[in-house]
Amino acid sequence: MTRRRARWPATLALLAPLTLAGCGGNNGVPDDAGTLRVMDYYVDQPHKSIYDRTLKACGRRAGVAIEHESVPNASLIPKTLQQAASRTLPDLLMIDNPDVQQIAATGALHPIADQGLSARGYARSVVDAARHRGKVYALQPVANTIGLFYDKDALAEAGVKPPTTWDELKAAAKKLTSGDRYGMAFSAAATYEGTWQFLPFMWSNGGDERKLASPRNADALRLWADLVRDGSASRSVVNWGQTDVSDQFAAGKAAMMVNGPWQLPVLDEKKDLDYGVAGIPVPKAGDTSVVPLGGEAWALPRTGNAEREAKAAKVLRCLTSDANQLALAAKRQTVPTKTALMDPFAGKHPEMREFTELVRGSRARTGELGEDWPAAATKIYTALQTALAQGVDPRQALREAEND
Amino acid sequence: MTDVAKASAKPSAPPLRKPAAEASAPVRWWHTQRGRERLFHLLFLLPALLYLVAFFGYPVVQNLLMGFQRYGIATFYTGEAPWAGWDNYAAVTSSAVFSRTMLNTALFTVCSILAQFGIGLAIALYFRRRFPLGGVLRALLLLPWLVPVIVSGTVWRWILDQDNGVLNRLLGGLGLGTPGWLTDTSLALLSVIMVNIWLGIPFNVVLLHSGLQEIPRELYEAAELDGATGRRAFRYVTWPLLRPVVTVVLVLGVVYTLKVLDLILGLTGGGPANASQTLATQSYHLSFRTFDFGQGAALGNILIAVSLVFALLYLRANRRAVDE
Repeated sequence: MTRRRARWPATLALLAPLTLAGCGGNNGVPDDAGTLRVMDYYVDQPHKSIYDRTLKACGRRAGVAIEHESVPNASLIPKTLQQAASRTLPDLLMIDNPDVQQIAATGALHPIADQGLSARGYARSVVDAARHRGKVYALQPVANTIGLFYDKDALAEAGVKPPTTWDELKAAAKKLTSGDRYGMAFSAAATYEGTWQFLPFMWSNGGDERKLASPRNADALRLWADLVRDGSASRSVVNWGQTDVSDQFAAGKAAMMVNGPWQLPVLDEKKDLDYGVAGIPVPKAGDTSVVPLGGEAWALPRTGNAEREAKAAKVLRCLTSDANQLALAAKRQTVPTKTALMDPFAGKHPEMREFTELVRGSRARTGELGEDWPAAATKIYTALQTALAQGVDPRQALREAEND
Repeated sequence: MTDVAKASAKPSAPPLRKPAAEASAPVRWWHTQRGRERLFHLLFLLPALLYLVAFFGYPVVQNLLMGFQRYGIATFYTGEAPWAGWDNYAAVTSSAVFSRTMLNTALFTVCSILAQFGIGLAIALYFRRRFPLGGVLRALLLLPWLVPVIVSGTVWRWILDQDNGVLNRLLGGLGLGTPGWLTDTSLALLSVIMVNIWLGIPFNVVLLHSGLQEIPRELYEAAELDGATGRRAFRYVTWPLLRPVVTVVLVLGVVYTLKVLDLILGLTGGGPANASQTLATQSYHLSFRTFDFGQGAALGNILIAVSLVFALLYLRANRRAVDE
């Protein structure tokens, strides 16, 4: 009997590691204020090391060490949500600008004013993207957007100038299409990338995301549908992400494309490719080009440790300082977001002049709809797909998407 | 176990107990011999039960609950997920995409399974014969299974590209035109199904082949004496004896095919214009693109319910096979 009794604790002891194994994970949160955890999605070089150096320099000035973690783009939000649930949010968090309001709406972020920071002097779209219920939740040191890339040799050969209006675009694209080269390439994928590329056309035409089935939105969509229908753009655009578009352009399979400055390093590697960048063509001569604001903002999550939160704010202040904005913009082919810095920057970097002007007049995707933007963005790319792949009339495609 | 317990308990137990204590203590079920055995049985089951509850029970229950909640991004931070009743289900089933995804899921599953099984069975029967390099060829057949799906998805995307894909270069060279395999709304689902068939054949071949190996050769010899050869040997010997394996292959195939996600995301992303959207991809989209975890869970639960029907069919078929 005694022997059998003694087996009891032994049995339980054997079971214990099984039940406890799941709880063993240490999430490595340093409790002292000597180290700040920073998370972003800059997994690719050179961006990763550029931010790493800048953050560490800022950390030294604020008197803290920086633990910098980069996760792939697609896992940033899921990981952030996980951390929000387990109260292990990093001290400084990078968020893609159209996602800022959604994260802010959860209550997980401090308004930057809590830490004495302000968004004064920033471009309007940058503030719009970071504002939720009247408070600003993030600061964006640099921005990007999309423009029209063109193959100079191909244009010279066909005798066309970079198009500035929709009519010119259609004519140029048609003229530039020959053999296995298309005149124009863009992304109409069933992802937010497709929506993002379509916005300059929609907005420059006076279109709006609040009412999708409007004649102005339909006209913009008709332009894309026409380009595909007359063979100036590949039917594969419905399946191309922005990287695919850039690959096509770099391989000489497209003479013009819609893309962003983050492709510049990749394109510059192709020695035989001589390309230029222009603004996205507008409906009629004299119309202003309205492009969506791109780039990532940095926010201050609520971590419950006042000392660390204050230090994180110091690092953010340093990251968005004039000097760092200019340095980051120059190194990463982006544009500083403080309006006062734009002219000096464009003066020093003429290749970025076009993008600087575009960012100045850009519009935030979440500026009007805020948290409801993802739903509208989904409807927009659904309409793109219906019109381009199924050949449905653009107005009808937008109406179907809106009612869904 | 039982004998050992009895043997050790009988001689040692009585002298250790004081009679007075025995009289006052109530006799509980675990104090009896049989009860103690039951308890030990339960203890041995406990690890498996804990595992099942933690890794299967909890997620499923959580997913069921989530389907009835307004579970968005904010829920993760605040922990608040207001009860939504059937709202999520109403929203997903009344959406214009729903009927499309249901039809796509059905077509995708049925076509994939039929072709995978048919081709798989043919190959398995073929490889039952012994011939030079047969083993090597069979090993090569496993290749699609060994390559990560996201890799084969990317490769197939290149192959099927409308303008520069290998397939269309070939077809174009033969003067057969260049269909938009992944960009034409009427072809996208077909292309995805074709690639999925390619991907599923190894699974079918391996299981069916091992099933065929189990059938004793003598039966064929006996059948031959009775005049059953070739097709009739298959009809009266192979098929009846292979049936249990066939059931397993088909049911597992259905469950695996219903939930295919990575392949479709890699090839078409559910597009163009939802032409290849299935329950799995749409559920993924709702949860991880628009972050409406409530609706995503509701759609996921519908998928689970469909899978469950097939799982029950499998259990029933299995029991029948055992009874036979």
